Amino acid sequence: MIITRALIKRYGAVTAVRSVDLDVREGDRYGLLGPNGSGKTTLVRMLLGLVYATSGEIEVLGRRMPRHAREVLPQIGALIEEPAAYPHLSGRANLTLLDAAGPRAPGGGFAGKARRTRRHRVDEALEQVGLTGVGRRPVKAYSLGMRQRLGLAAALIRQPRLLILDEPGNGLDPRGIRDLRELLVGLNDAGVTVFLSSHLLAEVEQLCTRVGVLDSGRLVLQDDLAALCAPTGRIVVDTPDADRVAALLDGQVEHRDGQQLLVRYSDAAALNTRLVGAGLRVSSIGPQQRTLEDIVLSVTGAGSDQIS
Amino acid sequence: MITVELVKLLRRPRTWISVVLTCALPFMVAVFITITHLVPPPGQGSAFLSAVLQDGALYPAAALALVLPVFLPVAVAVVAGDSIAGEATGGTLRYLLVRPVGRTRLLVAKLVSVTVYVLLVVLAVTFTAYATGVFLLGPSVAAAVGQAPGVPGGAAGGSAPGLAGQAPTAGQAAGGAVTSLSGAPLSLLQLTERTAGAIAFITVSMLGVAAIALFLSTITDSALGSTLGALAALVASEVLVTLNAATVVQPYLPTRYWLAWIDFFRQPVFWRDIQRGFGIQAIYVVVFLAAAWANFSTKDITA
Repeated sequence: MIITRALIKRYGAVTAVRSVDLDVREGDRYGLLGPNGSGKTTLVRMLLGLVYATSGEIEVLGRRMPRHAREVLPQIGALIEEPAAYPHLSGRANLTLLDAAGPRAPGGGFAGKARRTRRHRVDEALEQVGLTGVGRRPVKAYSLGMRQRLGLAAALIRQPRLLILDEPGNGLDPRGIRDLRELLVGLNDAGVTVFLSSHLLAEVEQLCTRVGVLDSGRLVLQDDLAALCAPTGRIVVDTPDADRVAALLDGQVEHRDGQQLLVRYSDAAALNTRLVGAGLRVSSIGPQQRTLEDIVLSVTGAGSDQIS
Repeated sequence: MITVELVKLLRRPRTWISVVLTCALPFMVAVFITITHLVPPPGQGSAFLSAVLQDGALYPAAALALVLPVFLPVAVAVVAGDSIAGEATGGTLRYLLVRPVGRTRLLVAKLVSVTVYVLLVVLAVTFTAYATGVFLLGPSVAAAVGQAPGVPGGAAGGSAPGLAGQAPTAGQAAGGAVTSLSGAPLSLLQLTERTAGAIAFITVSMLGVAAIALFLSTITDSALGSTLGALAALVASEVLVTLNAATVVQPYLPTRYWLAWIDFFRQPVFWRDIQRGFGIQAIYVVVFLAAAWANFSTKDITA
């Protein structure tokens, strides 16, 4: 779906993207993570042909970009940083203009029919993002969350095969974020590949199946989320009898922090039986799993907005 | 895409406010003249103004002369300067481009939309001024075969003040036709033709301004910057046009032949400056549009 090879972008003396090999497969919900200033937006803009690469190759939907932008872009829905609209026009008028600006829709037919199918598309997109009721209100009267929804509607209007969303959760309240997640999962189930960038780890952890991590323009990690967050083969045990547990499992305890022990052991249930059988109390027990946060922080340095 | 740009132009309140304001100035002037019957003496003030009391039908020409130095270029520079930079600032540029709208196509659509705007303003001024002229100042009561001296060519070497110096001396009587600047009568058909010529000339002159502003609009993301940049270029040109030391460059300055459309109202039409004016504006339009295209089509869109 999206493949880049040795992609580099320099702005004067600053190198924003350093030799990135991105690989987004069909059907993925791919989350591109990275601190502010790590090159996420530049990368997204290069995929969309807005920014030209200094060197390297980009292939989107099987075609080279930006050379084949005319064939590739109509199949992509994009949200690039903040949404944007003409403030004096209504959301509906904005979508209608944007749709009319693009290439002719397949099966558009003569002018009257094209207009009807366009109105239908606009209605459908507004409904998908939950903006049906706003009617004629000009966009300048919209809240931040409504603008974000309108931006999403604009991305969805031509039923894209691929969604490229830069920070789609910005400005949404908790309910908006959940709506967004449900919408994206639903679209993904229907066959749409989703590529999004974010610095909100929780958002990506809940939504994505695959993650890439950018740090200072380098792609330092790219893997399936399930593989990354797989059990580590260690068990976390919380017990008031920490000393006795440590004595019982001598050699298998890797780390101790007050009442919490990290034990090298394959099965939590078996360990639990053994401890209880020995008359030891267990407050909680379970396999250790690394969180996305642990993983990302272990591979990235300080963000560019942090002076170190 | 062109339709979309036109819809955007016509649905924007700014378009209509600027048209109304531009038409308001000549209207205000006409009201004052009607009340006081005071006009600048021949050879002073804005072109044609001294003749409008005799010929209300000449008022469109007088109105165009009133709005040409500042109002028109400012309005055009605002719209053209905003065309790309305004979309960039508003963030809509990136969404248009990924729709996708080809960069060349977007530029062409913007150019068409700016051209339509220029025509809209110029025609609005012409028609409101005609109505104002006829209703307030009266139809051509005193058109004349005046003995005014304006020999065609006398103004040829002159700069702007020189041209104004050829403004009509009050035509004396002998009804029916409008007096040309040279004193010979013009039939209504001729007057219409010549006004149309003047409109075409002014439109092309304004397209020169638009091309400069459009080019600057592709360079900066600040609409204000490109608008003021284009106006600064015009002011610089105006300064050089009146500077004797700059005679060498004067024929190539964008505003050098701006007032040449007045020559349409001579009998016979004095073509030399009109042709040069068309020529120089064509060059400005072509050069700056080419530069705008070259810059815009290779530019990283980071806004």
